Amino acid sequence: MASIQLTGLKKTYAGNVEAVKGIDLEIADGEFVVLVGPSGCGKSTLLRMVAGLETITDGTLKIDDRVVNDLEPAERDIAMVFQNYALYPHMTVFGNLAYGLKNRGVKREEIERRVHDAAAMLEIEPFLERKPRKLSGGQRQRVAMGRALVREPSAFLFDEPLSNLDAKLRVQMRVEIKQLQRRLKTTSLYVTHDQLEALTLGDRLVVLNGGSIEQVGTPMEVYEKPASMFVATFIGSPAMNMLPVAYLRERGANGLLDHLAADTDVIGIRPDDLRIEAPDEDHLVVTGTVELFEAAGAESHLYVSLEGSDQPTVIRTSARPPVAEGETMRFHVLPSALHPFNQASGKRTQQGVS
Amino acid sequence: MQTKQMTFPSRWLPYALLAPQVAITLVFFLWPASQALYQSLLRQDAFGLRTTFVGLDNFARLFDDPGYLNAVSATAVFAVGTTLLSMGMALLLAATVNRMLRSRESYTTLLVWPYAIAPAIAGVLWWFIFNPSIGIVPYILEILGYRWNHRTSGSDAMLLVIFAAAWKQISYNFLFFLAGLQSIPQSLIEAAAIDGASPFKRFWTIVFPLLSPTTFFLMVVNVVYAMFDTFGVIHATTQGGPAQATNILVYKVYADGFVGLNLGSSAAQSVILMAIVVVLTVIQFRFIERRVNY
Amino acid sequence: MVENRPWGNLLAHLILIVGVALVIFPVYVAVIASTQGPGEFLRGTLPLLPGGHALENYSAMWQAGLSRVGAPPVGQMLWNSFVMAMAITLGKLSISLLSAFAIVYFRFPFRLVFFWLIFITLMLPVEVRIIPTFQVVADLNMLNSFAGLSIPLIASATATFLFRQFFMTIPEELMEAARVDGAGPLRFFKDILLPLSVTNIAALFVILFIYGWNQYLWPLLITTDPNYYTIVMGIQRMTTAADSDPQWHLIMATVVMAALPPVLVILFMQRLFVKGLTETEK
Repeated sequence: MASIQLTGLKKTYAGNVEAVKGIDLEIADGEFVVLVGPSGCGKSTLLRMVAGLETITDGTLKIDDRVVNDLEPAERDIAMVFQNYALYPHMTVFGNLAYGLKNRGVKREEIERRVHDAAAMLEIEPFLERKPRKLSGGQRQRVAMGRALVREPSAFLFDEPLSNLDAKLRVQMRVEIKQLQRRLKTTSLYVTHDQLEALTLGDRLVVLNGGSIEQVGTPMEVYEKPASMFVATFIGSPAMNMLPVAYLRERGANGLLDHLAADTDVIGIRPDDLRIEAPDEDHLVVTGTVELFEAAGAESHLYVSLEGSDQPTVIRTSARPPVAEGETMRFHVLPSALHPFNQASGKRTQQGVS
Repeated sequence: MQTKQMTFPSRWLPYALLAPQVAITLVFFLWPASQALYQSLLRQDAFGLRTTFVGLDNFARLFDDPGYLNAVSATAVFAVGTTLLSMGMALLLAATVNRMLRSRESYTTLLVWPYAIAPAIAGVLWWFIFNPSIGIVPYILEILGYRWNHRTSGSDAMLLVIFAAAWKQISYNFLFFLAGLQSIPQSLIEAAAIDGASPFKRFWTIVFPLLSPTTFFLMVVNVVYAMFDTFGVIHATTQGGPAQATNILVYKVYADGFVGLNLGSSAAQSVILMAIVVVLTVIQFRFIERRVNY
Repeated sequence: MVENRPWGNLLAHLILIVGVALVIFPVYVAVIASTQGPGEFLRGTLPLLPGGHALENYSAMWQAGLSRVGAPPVGQMLWNSFVMAMAITLGKLSISLLSAFAIVYFRFPFRLVFFWLIFITLMLPVEVRIIPTFQVVADLNMLNSFAGLSIPLIASATATFLFRQFFMTIPEELMEAARVDGAGPLRFFKDILLPLSVTNIAALFVILFIYGWNQYLWPLLITTDPNYYTIVMGIQRMTTAADSDPQWHLIMATVVMAALPPVLVILFMQRLFVKGLTETEK
């Protein structure tokens, strides 16, 4: 068990390409932190720097208060689960799990015990004598987890471990990873590009963009108070709608926008906050035409073109809303559901709206 | 020349890993080659007592020497003959085997093993069946009215070494042609059949052009083989005779230098051969780059 | 095939049978000759059916050799060939594996220089540098020794390139996982890279063993002591004498014994052989 401290961590590649631009982050002992962002945002590089697979250009990395910048991966007391699992194809499952322990000089009986404990926990005991190519994708994924588990490291590092699984298995493994981490209370750093995976798994999220941190917070903080337009549109699906403040004012905002900071010029509204039924409180009203109706089972999406705006707008409703394509109708928004941003800085302008 | 994205951080280990290969290369390849270059510019007197620097004179003499020019033309005849005979046979056999479904494996097995036979042994085998006094082939030829004697006839001797060299190389060419044929999509041949091309026409208009990368590759390999790897065939049989008729360049380097002890001339011949190998290797590699794209 | 005409198949089989017969014929004649008694060859042409002297000829050559022409017993020459072929094969495999590992898994100054240095060996076959190479080996006191027979031949650009190409196809993460598992470069090489290369090593082994076994010019140059004669060059010593004293039945028995080991290797490991051949020459 250990805390991980990143101070001013930087990665510069040949040709002055800055992949990671000075990251400060503190991960508490036992915490599950998810690094999330689009591809190329530096999340994997950052994880690999923590693992010791990428050299650190600048800054300090501490694991359990020990500077580990120049230590080999094996000396950092971490374990890693790779995206393509990286199982040794010529070794049995047992051999795969035992390899790291053997290299550390762990005693034979101890190896047996730990491998069997991990195998039992992951329900892969029946496969211990098989080679990886005889396993299904899900089983391989478990073996990869098992290899990390047996090491009993002070931190787990996950590099998009679920992205090679089909959708159903992905959800199942997501739950299992979460339960496992709850039980073991091992500090974990998890990289994904999938915002839903990030929201469901993490104690805290770190949203990365272009090598820098956009926002750090609990899943609910990040969802409810996105610190920037980038986070607002990246987290949550369908993505948040963005409308100019001026547009809302023209629609007769009647002082409902007065509490916003002066530099606010863009308003974000989540698709679920544009409602078909009018609430009792004071609210804003916009008018639009339903271009497309998309039934998605438990919910439905309306693609609406708002009157006087060329911004395509998405609205999420209950499964069977009383609308038809081509219909023009009014949508209602509570002032508390507005996310105020400044276009130039891309940042949120005012705290404490909700 | 890529490495892995991730590499091991060690300053001295890669050098230690390369050391054996590099040491052998320097001692047994580069140093002798540089010596050959150096010696090609020198000449020793008849008793090996005095050595003088003669510049490019050894080369100039070679190109004035009818013996050397004869070796060049013998090499050309030998290389072209061996390549054509061996590749022709191999292509015929490969194209035929490729038609077969059940017997393909068995025929392949029966055709590949001569690869294992050393050129020198191949030479001895053919030398024996063509032996003018007891060989079986001269006996048959005699009945047909031809007196075979590779001890006196230069053209008989040349044919003999070509047979021996080509025979050993058939399996190699066969395997590559077969691999080439199998990589041609069946759908193309079916398309040609629907377009009404006869089997024979299909082969020459569809299969053979698509096989041309393999053919070209094999041509280079076969020329290299005939020029450099067939020393054993010549040495174990004709020893360059009769009357220099089969004295190919590689054999001449050996005979002039090792037997005749004419070091300067032999070194100059070595240098010329090296230049030829370099050219052939470059052609082969440039071609491989293209084949990858093909 | 698109269509299967019966006469077409018949013709195809005919072509193949004639082709196979042509390929086998020289060896068939050799086998027949090796079973004859010494008198058969004086009568003119060679019989086409086996004689009854096989055992006698083979055991004579195996144990005694042709002492009149200074050829040692075949048993000993076969052993010499085997030692030389194995030394060349294992030598080439090990130094190529190490070099390829260095070139693929490390980044270091002069990497490209080393790569080209290895590449150059392709362009300098022993046939074009006969005398100076002989001089080097003589200066190193390696004439008439197994070291001299094998070491100068074990540099190998093709094997190095083959392994390099194969290593490049091994997923990056395998090495990273091994590093996280505490394996340093040498342990990674031994525990992961070597086991994964087994098929390639075996395929190359077949090709290189044949290459080593069939060496001719090199042993011819550097052995004068019959105790180091290899079988392939030993046969030549016999044939030079054969014209004056035709011992064809004995020579052919030797030929058969010389050709048998590499031919058996190909027949029993055909799949590996084909893989090795087509991949090294790419």
